[in-house]
Amino acid sequence: MLLLLFRLSFLSFFPSLSLSQHFAPTGTKPHHRISVSLNFKQRKQREEKRRMMMKLDTSGLESFSAAVPSAMAAAEDQLFAPPSFDLPAGCADFDKFQMEAKQTLKHAKGTTTLAFIFNQGVIVAADSRASMGGYISSQSVKKIIEINPYMLGTMAGGAADCQFWHRNLGIKCRLHELANKRRISVTGASKLLANILYSYRGMGLSIGTMIAGWDEKGPGLYYVDSEGGRLKGNRFSVGSGSPYAYGVLDNGYRPDMTVDEAHELARRAIYHATFRDGASGGVVSVYHVGPNGWKKLSGDDVSELHYKYYPVQPTPVEHEMVDAPPA
Amino acid sequence: MECVFGLVGKGFAIVAADTSAVNSILVHKSNEDKVMVLDSHKLLGASGEPGDRVQFTEYIQKNVHLYQFRNGIPLTTAATANFTRGELATALRKNPYSVNILLAGYDKGVGPSMYYIDYIATMHKIEKGAFGYGSYFCLSMMDRLYHPDMSIEEAIDLIDKCIIEIRTRLVVAPPNFVIKIVDQDGAREYAWRESIKSPDVSMA
Repeated sequence: MLLLLFRLSFLSFFPSLSLSQHFAPTGTKPHHRISVSLNFKQRKQREEKRRMMMKLDTSGLESFSAAVPSAMAAAEDQLFAPPSFDLPAGCADFDKFQMEAKQTLKHAKGTTTLAFIFNQGVIVAADSRASMGGYISSQSVKKIIEINPYMLGTMAGGAADCQFWHRNLGIKCRLHELANKRRISVTGASKLLANILYSYRGMGLSIGTMIAGWDEKGPGLYYVDSEGGRLKGNRFSVGSGSPYAYGVLDNGYRPDMTVDEAHELARRAIYHATFRDGASGGVVSVYHVGPNGWKKLSGDDVSELHYKYYPVQPTPVEHEMVDAPPA
Repeated sequence: MECVFGLVGKGFAIVAADTSAVNSILVHKSNEDKVMVLDSHKLLGASGEPGDRVQFTEYIQKNVHLYQFRNGIPLTTAATANFTRGELATALRKNPYSVNILLAGYDKGVGPSMYYIDYIATMHKIEKGAFGYGSYFCLSMMDRLYHPDMSIEEAIDLIDKCIIEIRTRLVVAPPNFVIKIVDQDGAREYAWRESIKSPDVSMA
């Protein structure tokens, strides 16, 4: 499941960071650590103030008995007391309510994406469902991001995080091309992204991505995540549906497949993952990265694929229904 | 869980590590090399959180190289170990690295040595050591079967015994291991012990 709206709130932290953070060597600890904790303290103080203001100010509502001094004041207090009511649940502390709501909706990378290298290049495939808790918010999310004409990135985790940082990576790759007069390698691009994500470790980014591309050394595939991990490999699948996809992918994989066979394997693996995983579904997109760049091979709706792989068998009718003979 | 272990023999030191990259129940990769060659005569076996492991060991490697470029002579193993421990200790109370390290090296005149460096910057100079769930099985085995000045054959035999014990007794045992050795001829890969082979891709 991808969080389309809630994730944008994290972007409000970023304006306080200076641009130089992105170019800091990975060995040094980023300085903004201190400024973030100050912001946190300020936020805490503001929360306290807001909580104080939540108590209703009832000094304006004077009881009737105060205007009429009498011996029956005590009883009248109850009879003529101003109407009082409890605040609705969740209103006394809006911030905590929001935090709880965010926690229930926060699902670790609900999606299925996969990529593998074979002799003819790299195949990248993904589903297209975004869900918030049990609600499917979209069936048509683009989870394969085109970083540049020869590199693709997949999206799992926070949608805004993935889109923003992949776009940022595309900018950095272009800057590298302009500065060095040659394309950046997949190794270099994935290392750039991994270093950036490592410096934001522990701050709530949620990204599980694969960088796939074709450079001078041939096809390249790296898995990069927001915990700072970066792995080079031949086959990866990321997301809540990834174990299901691995099952089909590992069994059908051969390094010497043709492009069509690899295409069908990827499509089949994603389809089976969407069948079993509730957080994956929609449309299977399959891309192929060759020596001349990437090309989108297909986009099939999984429910149509289901009936293609498992066509409906006509069931034999045991007894013909016969009209009751007229009496 | 990640297993890193090693021992010092006669004129050499060995570091072995598992090669699985794992994320909760999923094994992303079974051939991830976790023993880094720091320079010509040093090995650094590391286990811990994936981002920290790679970033910290690469940071140490680059600093070791920098010292050699600046001063024309390589760092000794003891100096490298103390530098590594210092970096972990400095970061400990601000932004700790979750990495456990076994540093092995060969110095002319001193011979082979091995240092155990914890994620909370504990450092010990040791003859044999282990990290991870595998350590529960390996440490006692090494205590029983190790003796000083083992030959290479005896040492590799002990390492293999440890690997077999881990595979037999650990519930989530990693299938593949890498063994690296450092002696007066340098630091190099000695062997892989694989029980699961992934199909290799031949480059077009």
